[in-house]
Amino acid sequence: MKINILAFGIAKDIFGGSTISVELANDASVYNLKYSLEQQYPRLKKLATYMVAVNNEYALPEDTIYETDEIAIIPPVSGG
Amino acid sequence: MQTEIKISPQTLDIQACINWVMLPESGGIDVFIGTVRNATKGKTVLRLEFEAYEKMAISEMEKIATQALAKWPVQKLLIHHRTGVLAVGEVPVIIAVSAAHRDAAFEACRYVIDTLKQTVPIWKKEIFKDGEVWVAAHP
Repeated sequence: MKINILAFGIAKDIFGGSTISVELANDASVYNLKYSLEQQYPRLKKLATYMVAVNNEYALPEDTIYETDEIAIIPPVSGG
Repeated sequence: MQTEIKISPQTLDIQACINWVMLPESGGIDVFIGTVRNATKGKTVLRLEFEAYEKMAISEMEKIATQALAKWPVQKLLIHHRTGVLAVGEVPVIIAVSAAHRDAAFEACRYVIDTLKQTVPIWKKEIFKDGEVWVAAHP
């Protein structure tokens, strides 16, 4: 399946845009997504940490991703 | 409405925030005002740029507000956050909390700003004379 990913903060710089599209297996997990992104964009591994949000909630590595989900990459937050 | 949560590209209005939380029943209001500092680790900061994942940021701020209301006897609670380009001295965030007694207002206000900084998907970039950096991105 092809999923679109939203990027914010430094993730936008790493991906070279505010959205990218990634090809994933149909039952892919958040862990699979992170692994796949890190192969394509090794700079992700240099971040202090980063999270994946699925439908506006922080997701766990074992959570499954569905084609209709809104996926976002959340680098370390720094609001306030 | 006990809480007001807003993300805005417009200048935040401190007095309006205080007025919004004030009730006749209030014994005190605690306000945290974040301001853009002119330096980081000795380097002059020219400006900050804030970006938000707005939908999720609102939902995370709502969670924090709900938690604060459950933990302390607070009357009204407001969180306003700016986005866009901010100059030194401008205000990126205002937290205002009213309560019958000050302890609850102080503690809830501190909890809200501390938790916001940890969980709400908002990012700031510091712009220096000789470069720029996304705050907290790298270890």
